[in-house]
Amino acid sequence: MSLSREELEVKLLDYVGREIGPPEQGPYPVNETMIRQWCEALGDENPVYTDASAAASSVHGGLVAPPTMMQTWSLRGVEMADPDTGRQNLQTELHSLLGDAGYPAVVATNCEQGYTRYLRPGDEVFVTTTIEAISEQKATALGIGYFINTREVYRDQRGDEVGWQTFRVLKFARAEQPGAATSDGAADEESSTPTRLRPPMAHDNKWWWDGIAEGRLLVQKCAGCGELRHPPRPMCQHCRSLEWEGIESSGEGEVYSYVVMHYPKFPGYEYPFTCALVELAEGTRMVANVVGCDPSKVHIGMKVRASIENVDDEFKLPFFRPID
Amino acid sequence: MSNLTLALAQLKVGDALPELPIAITTTLVVGGALASRDFTLVHHDKGQAQAAGMQDVFMNILTTNGLVGRYVTDWAGPDSVMKGVSIKLGTPNLPGDTMKMSGQVSAIDEKEGTVTVEIAGSNSWGDHVTGSVTVALPGSS
Repeated sequence: MSLSREELEVKLLDYVGREIGPPEQGPYPVNETMIRQWCEALGDENPVYTDASAAASSVHGGLVAPPTMMQTWSLRGVEMADPDTGRQNLQTELHSLLGDAGYPAVVATNCEQGYTRYLRPGDEVFVTTTIEAISEQKATALGIGYFINTREVYRDQRGDEVGWQTFRVLKFARAEQPGAATSDGAADEESSTPTRLRPPMAHDNKWWWDGIAEGRLLVQKCAGCGELRHPPRPMCQHCRSLEWEGIESSGEGEVYSYVVMHYPKFPGYEYPFTCALVELAEGTRMVANVVGCDPSKVHIGMKVRASIENVDDEFKLPFFRPID
Repeated sequence: MSNLTLALAQLKVGDALPELPIAITTTLVVGGALASRDFTLVHHDKGQAQAAGMQDVFMNILTTNGLVGRYVTDWAGPDSVMKGVSIKLGTPNLPGDTMKMSGQVSAIDEKEGTVTVEIAGSNSWGDHVTGSVTVALPGSS
């Protein structure tokens, strides 16, 4: 399908706020056999699920289903192995629309459940699903796609609510990056070492990266008012002058703020690492990694000095190292 | 799991739950997926999982949700009553790995008789799951 991104996103808006269809009855009533199988597979030995006499003397007064099985009672089973032949509703239509538009993969990312009461063997479960939100296009470690939030309300044979769920999936095009967070493991890292992502370079910033390649840390200085600015851009935000020069920084500064990155893991980086906003002695600020220092030791106000280092055979980056 | 159920008065914010390592096997991944009625191919068919860019079948969110609930009720005891579970997934759980569950008490609501536990399940790649579970304990109104 040749939908443009804009056309796709207009269509997506049609789905937000709508119930996907009438309430669906779970294919099987809540039953001891499925509960036992679930407890066996997951290693859950809570007697209130499987031991009738222990359950009878518990707070429940009888056998109950694990509340975290709530969604299980509504799933379609083998139908899910072949979505094209399964039942159709607004949710499957939305997934097909995104699949046809180039976002075929799906992964669940969040689940929140609240339980009004525990289900018991013999209960029937009915679920109503509403598409609550569709995100703008997001770039994630898995790839580019859209988050879809749904809200499910579960009711019993009397129509009483037994619980609710909010569920989020990412519908996405898998990233081609080798080692993208969940597609590769340690085995592949041995055979090829991924390189760091390269910055985009163009007319307005290539001069700065050329300086780095020569081992010089430059800062842009307005030729009109003398204000410094970083990252490089064409116009001074103070006097709107388009005239500027690059001056060489001493490289000395202090940590103004920082974060320690643990996740998501991109190839070419060793985790955890520290990403700091450093205030240079000249007075402007610059984002770079702090290295040569355990992330737990980095602090605001720490004195650092720039060090331009190779990150692979072809590429240099400025780092900051602590001044002892 | 313990046969005894904790009482709210025994607990304080910051109490740590005993850690629980869970071996991630193909049996757990496939068994959990099918026991939770999730027949999505990537959770039981290795070829399909690899076609989708993964090394192997990977755990479905319903199994993770169930293991998180189990971890907290194993600790709280059979007369604890789960009120809610909220989880966020990170790295995938693949066969051959181990997920180490950890948790600590983050809130106690004496009026509601509930305790909330922040949990994490980490594997060799990082956090597979983070979230919280709220359970009611007996002896409370």
